[in-house]
Amino acid sequence: MTAASSSTIPFAEVLAAAESIVLGKAKPLRLALACLIARGHLLIEDLPGMGKTTLAHTLAKLFGLGFARVQFTSDLLPADILGVSVFDRAQSAFVFHPGPIFTEVLLADEINRATPKTQSALLEAMEERQVSIEGVTRPLPDPFFVIATQNPITHLGTFPLPESQLDRFLMKIELGYPDRAAERRLLAGGDSRQKLALLAPLAEGKERLQRAQREAAAIHVGALLLDYIQALLDFTRQSGAWQTGLSPRAGLSLLAAARAWAYLDGRDFVMPEDIQVVLPAVTGHRLLPANPLERTSSEETARRLIEAVPVP
Amino acid sequence: MTETALSRTSLGGLWVTAALSLAPLALAQPRWIAFLSATLLALYALLWLYRLPLPSRRLVNALALAGSLAIFFEYRTLFGLRAGLALLCLFLPAQLFVTRRRREGLTVILLSWFLILARFIDDQTPTAAALAFFAALVSLATLSRCLAPALELRAHARALALLCAQSAPLFLVLFLFMPRVPGPLWGLPQDARKGVSGLAEEMTPGSLAELALSEAVAFRVRFAQTPPRHALYFRGPVLERFDGRTWRMAPARERPAPPLIASSPDLIDYEITLEPHRQRWLLPLDWPLEIPPDAHMRHDFHVEAKQAVLALRRDRFRSASTPPFVEEATEVLQENLRLPLGSNPRTQALAASWRPLPPAQRVEAALDHFRRGGFVYTLRPPPLGEHSVDEFLFETRRGFCEHFAAAFVVLMRAADVPARVVTGYQGGSHNPIDDTWVVRQADAHAWAEVWIAGAGWRRVDPTALAAPQRLEADLVAALPVGDPVPLFARAGFDWLRTLRFHWWALQNGWNQWVLGYTADRQRQMLARFGLQEGDWRHLVWFLGIGAALALSLLAWTASSRKPRLDPAQRLWRAFLRRLARKGEAPAPWEGPLAFAKRAALRWPEKAAEIERIARLYAGLRYGKLGEEALEALRRAVLGFHP
Repeated sequence: MTAASSSTIPFAEVLAAAESIVLGKAKPLRLALACLIARGHLLIEDLPGMGKTTLAHTLAKLFGLGFARVQFTSDLLPADILGVSVFDRAQSAFVFHPGPIFTEVLLADEINRATPKTQSALLEAMEERQVSIEGVTRPLPDPFFVIATQNPITHLGTFPLPESQLDRFLMKIELGYPDRAAERRLLAGGDSRQKLALLAPLAEGKERLQRAQREAAAIHVGALLLDYIQALLDFTRQSGAWQTGLSPRAGLSLLAAARAWAYLDGRDFVMPEDIQVVLPAVTGHRLLPANPLERTSSEETARRLIEAVPVP
Repeated sequence: MTETALSRTSLGGLWVTAALSLAPLALAQPRWIAFLSATLLALYALLWLYRLPLPSRRLVNALALAGSLAIFFEYRTLFGLRAGLALLCLFLPAQLFVTRRRREGLTVILLSWFLILARFIDDQTPTAAALAFFAALVSLATLSRCLAPALELRAHARALALLCAQSAPLFLVLFLFMPRVPGPLWGLPQDARKGVSGLAEEMTPGSLAELALSEAVAFRVRFAQTPPRHALYFRGPVLERFDGRTWRMAPARERPAPPLIASSPDLIDYEITLEPHRQRWLLPLDWPLEIPPDAHMRHDFHVEAKQAVLALRRDRFRSASTPPFVEEATEVLQENLRLPLGSNPRTQALAASWRPLPPAQRVEAALDHFRRGGFVYTLRPPPLGEHSVDEFLFETRRGFCEHFAAAFVVLMRAADVPARVVTGYQGGSHNPIDDTWVVRQADAHAWAEVWIAGAGWRRVDPTALAAPQRLEADLVAALPVGDPVPLFARAGFDWLRTLRFHWWALQNGWNQWVLGYTADRQRQMLARFGLQEGDWRHLVWFLGIGAALALSLLAWTASSRKPRLDPAQRLWRAFLRRLARKGEAPAPWEGPLAFAKRAALRWPEKAAEIERIARLYAGLRYGKLGEEALEALRRAVLGFHP
């Protein structure tokens, strides 16, 4: 009865392949995939060496997408990302040299190290899916998927993203340490870079991904589920546990993410569980505790929210 | 299950609720029960504070059983008001130790509410009401916290305020219209007013001096026109029998008092609100002319009610300020001449020397003796021996009003003038805030009455000779320097006195408007609304019909607002009921598939079946599955037996 999605992308195999590279990270991988399907952008907050880059690279490779990586530093300028026009003497004209942003999967490493100016150049491009340079608007490739990372520990010389910018990311996830067994496999296995190079694309072709994205966006969401989402939003606005309640955009994000999750599950409708499972990733960076000294994980925050609202 | 486990904060709140509702009640219990209650509470607080594990249920049960046995041996029963309350005083703190889940938390709260209410059986003062209100607020906050642990403090406060605001009109209606049955609803136990201090039916040297240090209010008086303070003699028990040491009331005579007829036009109208004192007497001003219908006057003009005063009582009186003339029966006069043989010989000898004088001059002679004898008025008289009057008159010369009155009466009787001791209250404190007079136990007084042929009974207050300030100002003014003085009466505590006046006014208002809202007042109030024949039976009908209407209205709105279950949901509920019987139920926030996964762990052999049902239900409810799926769900649910 789970109406099989008409997509031709074998998600189960894609995930299995990804898991063989990024070991022991089934749930973050699935969330990242959902984020891609939902046409969102992903923020990964974790310590160095947790496999953030590998994850981004693996996804790009599996879908046969172009991949670029930008290491953000405090002297990075907007032009370094977007591109720059250089005078070509042969043509006697300025020729635009596109920056690394003109790719399908962009890994923005340690985004909080760059100055706000550079950050906002990237974030604007993420939102608009186009870049305007020297009066010319250039569309970005489609699909366009940004995976930004930030390091939660080093705050020295960083520019933390303001809440308004955080809102641009559909999800924020943490990878965390692998469990013992996964780490053992990691240590015993070969170099993941080599394995990555050997990885064959399982779902090549932009069209397939775009189609999956369209199909996911059309997943049925019943009135009951909309009620449920509204109840969740209302609770964040009224309980007083958080500095501000969730915005309407957060509600839309929640809906899109839940749809993508249901789609990955091969279902043609959204269930309360879909919303609950994406809730930590979608709301973790949008809800700040009212007490600034309180340090709660996204999971705890989401748990509190989920347990306060009965399912329809 | 985890979802109903109470958080640490909720448990702390339950402890505070229990402590607040227990404290006033437990203190009124036998000491060992109060001690045990407090120990249990303290123990629980320690466990909570240091996050130690709770003791096993079995241990708590054993403890509760032992406590019940002890209470049985104390009261010889486990039923009835006293024993029941004592049991609850033990069970409430014990219940805390077995409280882990929401349901047990609710038990604590319900028990607390009962105990908060039970406190009013003994204590109906505004303080008790304020405490009870506070405890009720805390318990409601805790309840809110237990039921919705995810809400923030502000949301709880809002809910609480809303609840109070919603219940306020209901409370007002119930207070105004709840039928007041004349008399108490249930028989108060005999010891309901144990330990109330006040006058007694007998008097020994020193018994009033103890009262004089008590700040407790005896009664309050509101006058139409206030007589001068020195005329305020509130008449209590009249003591006619003397055995050499103790004065007692004579048994009531068959002949009632002759009706007193006012000999002068200066009548005093007033209303007395008497605090319960467990005795039958009322305390009208000397000389009472009109008394309440349920009271009668003894031959000695002492006024007694038909029943002991166990609850606050308000009466109107009319008195005459000058003694009316009455004829007195010979046997009464005989009784008032009697002295025990051989007691107080020196006093008798002194008085015998006055016998040749006419009676009025004998009185003067005795008063002269007090005037010149160098007597000192003190709250700490030296102890007296067998011939107490002799010792007081000729040796110690220090005494309190009872010494003066008793000595004077003995002198008079020995001089062949009928005389008796009258106890009661003298003076009082005028409260300028609400223009009432507050008479405290400290105003207890004793004076004498002598019979002068042709004139009738005359009041003589020998204390006034030794300490005239006692009548004009108050007790403190009359005390010699260096004697202990009650705190409130000390100089330099003016602000404290003002505060006390306000407090008295508040208490009086409470007595008049809350406690004094009796069947009579209710009828008056109803009459104002045009309900002339509103006795309490009508009110029961009125309230009953009103409540039925309100409830059906509520039920109707609730049922019309409740969404109708769709068929899939009904089947799902049926499925859940089957699982619930085996002890597995979804949390309110748990989705069907998540619950199915949990249930499948419990019944691995049924896993496939459970998951199928959950998927069908989810597809029907959230997806777009049609009629066949509903049919499939129905068959699956009917065929499911965990």
